[in-house]
Amino acid sequence: MTERLLEVEGISKAFDGVMAIENISFSLDASETLGIVGESGSGKTTLARCILRAIDPDIGTVRFRGKDGWHPLHAMTDSELIPLRQEMQMVFQDPFSSLNPRMTVQEILEEPLIIHKIGTRASRREAVLDILDRVQMESDSLTRYPHAFSGGQRQRIGIARALILRPKLVVCDEAVSALDVSVQAQIINLLEDLQKELGLTYLFVAHDLSVVRHICDRILVMHRGRVVEAGPVEEVFTNPREDYTRLLLSAIPSPDPDVPLQPLDRQVLGL
Amino acid sequence: MPDNVLEIRDLAVEFKTDIGVTHALREVGFDVPRGEVTAIVGESGSGKSVTANCIMRLIQPPGEITSGRIDFSPTGTEPFDIVSLKTKDPRLLDLRGGLISMVFQEPMTALSPVYTVGNQVAEAILCHRKVSKKQAWAEAADMLERVGIDDVPRRIRQYPFEFSGGMRQRVVIAMALVCQPELLICDEPTTALDVTIQAEILTLIRSLQRDLENTVLFITHDLGVVAQLADQVVVMYGGRVLEIGSVRQVLKDPVHPYTRGLLAAIPGLAERGQRLETMASVLGDADIITPHPLRRLSDGRQVSLAPGPTRRS
Ligand SMILES: Nc1ncnc2c1ncn2[C@@H]1O[C@H](COP(=O)(O)OP(=O)(O)OP(=O)(O)O)[C@@H](O)[C@H]1O
Ligand SMILES: Nc1ncnc2c1ncn2[C@@H]1O[C@H](COP(=O)(O)OP(=O)(O)OP(=O)(O)O)[C@@H](O)[C@H]1O
Ligand SMILES: [Mg+2]
Ligand SMILES: [Mg+2]
Repeated sequence: MTERLLEVEGISKAFDGVMAIENISFSLDASETLGIVGESGSGKTTLARCILRAIDPDIGTVRFRGKDGWHPLHAMTDSELIPLRQEMQMVFQDPFSSLNPRMTVQEILEEPLIIHKIGTRASRREAVLDILDRVQMESDSLTRYPHAFSGGQRQRIGIARALILRPKLVVCDEAVSALDVSVQAQIINLLEDLQKELGLTYLFVAHDLSVVRHICDRILVMHRGRVVEAGPVEEVFTNPREDYTRLLLSAIPSPDPDVPLQPLDRQVLGL
Repeated sequence: MPDNVLEIRDLAVEFKTDIGVTHALREVGFDVPRGEVTAIVGESGSGKSVTANCIMRLIQPPGEITSGRIDFSPTGTEPFDIVSLKTKDPRLLDLRGGLISMVFQEPMTALSPVYTVGNQVAEAILCHRKVSKKQAWAEAADMLERVGIDDVPRRIRQYPFEFSGGMRQRVVIAMALVCQPELLICDEPTTALDVTIQAEILTLIRSLQRDLENTVLFITHDLGVVAQLADQVVVMYGGRVLEIGSVRQVLKDPVHPYTRGLLAAIPGLAERGQRLETMASVLGDADIITPHPLRRLSDGRQVSLAPGPTRRS
């Protein structure tokens, strides 16, 4: 039996009178991975931030099922949201700019626990060691600063920090986009392993369609702030119904030199 | 006789900093055949941009070319070694001023925000050739049309900020091509662009290259881009060249374990729900750190592997 975790209904958000996302509805089941794809400026990050209430949607409802039942996120005050924030975390594209350069890895990982007043010093230390182990990093990393790590290691630290609160929902906004392909493969495997071990639900925002195809169960295709197509990932990839989806798929350069790139023409499609 | 625009041999670059010496390039050597697209592919820090910067002689202290040569053979001129040119040599000015053009990842590094697009393309022409201003603007308009800018009569009087990222990169390509360079170097020109815009720019570069028979050195970390554009591929890792071959040899039948690892890690190739191959899982106990000189295999490709039979997958 799958359980609903999130229900989004009719949310819109405008910046300075310009619609960034418009009338978006979808739902998310526990342990599922939902991909959000679309070009730059299509509203992916805005949608993600509205869901986590990092920004407030103008209209629409966002309902999230926490440990103690359903919560209307859109209607809650910032202080009411604090306890729920433990259950919804975000991993960003650029781990470096999201990690405080003056804090050690130990301090970075412990901080969310301190903010949420969780555990004792000793139990927090244990939690830090456990999460570090889960993201496959050595415990001697704890006393070092972010600049001492490679891009892939920093992304592991970013993931560890998001997971230390044991969230249910993890929003990954271009979490593997800046990584080299060999590192990207490790991080994707890690995200999939952690999902199985910890029963995580992912909202996976990305512009790389082959990554999305690999990791997601369902996808939403966004274009100019609207969802133009949604469905199980294989169905959308093999049998896209919308011109815009076809345009996106036709633009992926295949690593096989015998499969020539023949992108559809935006103008001809009228997009 | 092979007709190569560039022949790079034994190139080494060091950066001397407080923490120590970084060997950015070691024993780098490859040819860039005339009229073809050669791609350099490798991960971050592998030395792709440093190689391009050597060709333009743009390496600045604390960086230094410590050995090697880059023989450049422009048509109708005596070949010369770029590495040994003195800073005041007029050939260095010619080289930077149009014999070799470069397109970078970020179009605004090549564009000025305060001049119109037409002005900048025309200026690129006037710098290289003695033509009238009117003629230069006419040629600029032609080239902008050619790179796919719509409504050129209006667009040519606009400023870069009025253009999208993809259109700006088209303008930069137009500027690079109006000088009819002997060699066009593109350093990740589509990495900052959306996939649909990237596809448009790649098909543009490919069709212009086929029409004009340019020689292109294309730098990327994306094997999909390599497959679509390159005739010949140079794989770099840790400042060294590990494998050189035709695009089909390298992408369909890679010999070096590192190249195999790069290909295997592409998510599109794994079954859904299966773990992706990683460099570690593909390499196993294969050693990619020990430097081996490139050796030529019977099929013409070159690889950096210990002597002996090559293991194929
Ligand atoms: N804080 C803001 N103030 C004003 N406009 C904004 C703000 N945030 C986003 N926008 C606008 O909203 C639209 C959607 O932006 P968003 O960042 O959601 O796109 P995206 O799909 O995440 O793009 P990318 O792939 O480039 O990250 C864009 O037009 C953007 O300029
Ligand atoms: N100005 C510099 N000072 C010190 N080291 C440098 C400098 N420029 C480059 N390097 C070093 O040279 C090596 C090769 O760098 P290069 O920029 O050529 O990599 P790249 O293959 O172009 O990577 P990317 O894909 O990230 O652009 C790296 O180890 C880098 O740290
Ligand atoms: Mg975004
Ligand atoms: Mg580079």
